[in-house]
Amino acid sequence: MKTFYIDFMKYRRLSLMASLVLVVVSLGLVAIRGLNLGIDFTGGNVLQVEFPGGASVGDVREILASVGQEGAVIQAYSDTGMIVRTGSDDDKARESVTSALKAKYPDMHIVGIEKVGPVVGAELRREAMIALGLALGGILIYISVRFQFRFAVVSVLALVHDSIITLGIFSLTGMEISSSFIAAILTIVGYSLNDSIVVLDRVRENWRTLKTDGIITLLNNSINETLSRTINTSLTTLLPLAALFLWGGHVLRGFSFALLIGIIVGTYSSIFVVASLLAGWWTKSPQKA
Amino acid sequence: MRRDRWRLLLVAVVVLAALFMVFPIKGRINLGLDLKGGAHIVLQAKDTADSKVTEDSLERLLAVLRNRVDQFGVAEPVIQREGADRIIVDLPGIQDPDAALDLIGKTALLEFRAVVTSTSPVPPAAERKNYDSDEEFEKAQARWNEAVKAIDAQKEELERQSASVEGGMVAKSDEGRFYLLGTVLVGGKDLIDAKTQYDHLGRPVVALSFSSEGSKLFDAATFANVGKQIAIVLDGVVISAPVVQERITGGHAQISGRFSPAEAGRLSIMLRAGALPVAVDVIENRSVGPSLGEDSIRAGIQAGLVGAALVFLFMLIYYRYLGLAADAALAVAILLVFAGLISLKATLTLPGIAGIVLTIGMAVDGNVLIYERMREELRSGKTPMASVDAGFKKALVTILDANITTLIAAAVLFYFGSGPVRGFAVTLSVGIVAGVFCNVVVTRTILQLFMSARAAKAAARS
Repeated sequence: MKTFYIDFMKYRRLSLMASLVLVVVSLGLVAIRGLNLGIDFTGGNVLQVEFPGGASVGDVREILASVGQEGAVIQAYSDTGMIVRTGSDDDKARESVTSALKAKYPDMHIVGIEKVGPVVGAELRREAMIALGLALGGILIYISVRFQFRFAVVSVLALVHDSIITLGIFSLTGMEISSSFIAAILTIVGYSLNDSIVVLDRVRENWRTLKTDGIITLLNNSINETLSRTINTSLTTLLPLAALFLWGGHVLRGFSFALLIGIIVGTYSSIFVVASLLAGWWTKSPQKA
Repeated sequence: MRRDRWRLLLVAVVVLAALFMVFPIKGRINLGLDLKGGAHIVLQAKDTADSKVTEDSLERLLAVLRNRVDQFGVAEPVIQREGADRIIVDLPGIQDPDAALDLIGKTALLEFRAVVTSTSPVPPAAERKNYDSDEEFEKAQARWNEAVKAIDAQKEELERQSASVEGGMVAKSDEGRFYLLGTVLVGGKDLIDAKTQYDHLGRPVVALSFSSEGSKLFDAATFANVGKQIAIVLDGVVISAPVVQERITGGHAQISGRFSPAEAGRLSIMLRAGALPVAVDVIENRSVGPSLGEDSIRAGIQAGLVGAALVFLFMLIYYRYLGLAADAALAVAILLVFAGLISLKATLTLPGIAGIVLTIGMAVDGNVLIYERMREELRSGKTPMASVDAGFKKALVTILDANITTLIAAAVLFYFGSGPVRGFAVTLSVGIVAGVFCNVVVTRTILQLFMSARAAKAAARS
């Protein structure tokens, strides 16, 4: 048998408090610090340019200021490549930027343009909320049917917890949120549930011991029995994501970062949120088994 | 035993079919615009005083855009309506994103108008390098501001006057001069052809041929305006305003402006294809040069290979020979993902590549669940053969529950996502299905082969 046994449920109040604090802090960060929303949401212009002869961010900033784009965000992603983001989605502004840069660096060329109008950004925000709501609703129904309604509620609460903390970390790090972030959050919702399902599945299997052992022992047994699964499945998914974060190119960095955070938090929450909430709920109002 | 044979046959057939489908992979996968390079432009038609957005005007808008794109020479363009008033234009392989935007987004409404009067042009702004001291530079700037103010005042005067001129409008020229223009003498709809030519100085010009109706109008207009200016106005901007030297019969004219050969070429195309019937806004434009796409593919492959190597190693170290089976199943899963994408004719996007890398990690999750279960069954005293059976049987439910919920999220994402994100939803879904198949069918087959080989060895030894 297992050589170690951790009494996870002993820490359930502590862990729930910690989760609550993290969620509140995350919401506070989002409310106060805000999120670095990309042009997919805000509208605007992004130019990706290459200077084969090299150029400094400072010089480029000066040139942009001379054509009235003082507020442009300039970011170098390699020795010769830069991303220039202007707030307006005005084509004239973009043209003046490119011609000013061409005048100074004749060999400069544009490798990518992204322009999003404000209407599209507003639509994306609304659609993202609907999509998240639908996904959570679908999962709530599925778990209710396959397991129990209470299991479904605590699982979905854990998913909301994971999503909010991921948002909080994005607010903290100031990483940009683009449309692929929505894909990342929905994937977190779908995938970080897997660990909860592994635990809940064992709870369901051990359900007959509820009368003799009580809910706390039942949950503890189930978590301990499935602990190696919970850790290994997350680890095998984190490995390629880490590779994607480090070597997958700058476009996918934010996306893989969101998934890394979401899956780590999701692994934690499958034990410390799902099981703890279930234990708390059950001890307050036991249901007939 | 009989079921095992069938399983082996199924796996063999699936793997062979997938291999046949995937190799050689070159050119078999549809790449999204973000990987192969190209422009994705979304236009929104909008009402103006002159033209309303209607079913009919949108159809004509589509026709004009198709015409322009065809004449520009883009391979496999996609031009389609989205919703009530939007049009999506996808142009693969465009080298110059600016040119594409110019070609698609410009109305190209050409008008010849009488010139009533004009202001002087705005002088070029002062540049610091032309002056010896800051003081002189500031003075020059002040003079320039004065000049601009004076011209603005003149412009306002023109605008006041325009009310009393029939069909009057005020338009600006490239050089910053304001014109008070009279009625439209001839318009772009009276053209039958437009071509790029070069004038005697070698500058590109656009040569116009009028229809018979247009020829008559142009003839009358030049006759009435000898010695006066006629403005050539494109989308409300005066391109040039030549003085009519003599009456022009025969229906030919040319536009000379300050354009490059490429710009003259695009203008000719737009004039031939006709003006857009309604005004449009470019509400979204994503253009990726081919080099950027290649970089993304290279980075994605690199990350995928490193990620796969890490997962292979982890499984091998943690589960030993069982890990080897999982690794073989993972290789099959990756093969099946590509085969699935090809047979679904799905488009592989950059987030789609991320989806494949993610799949590499998620595909072995099922193996972890099965193997952990097998270890439990072994510990509870079952024979190895019986624990393998029980492991697969009992883990199956968990594997299905876990993957179906991920599929729910992927389906929502597919429904709501656009372009690249949708590509991610597709690879994720294909990856989940391939992963589950490899967990429960392929892994089991491989373990069966292992065990029968062991049994044979043991039999040979004894």
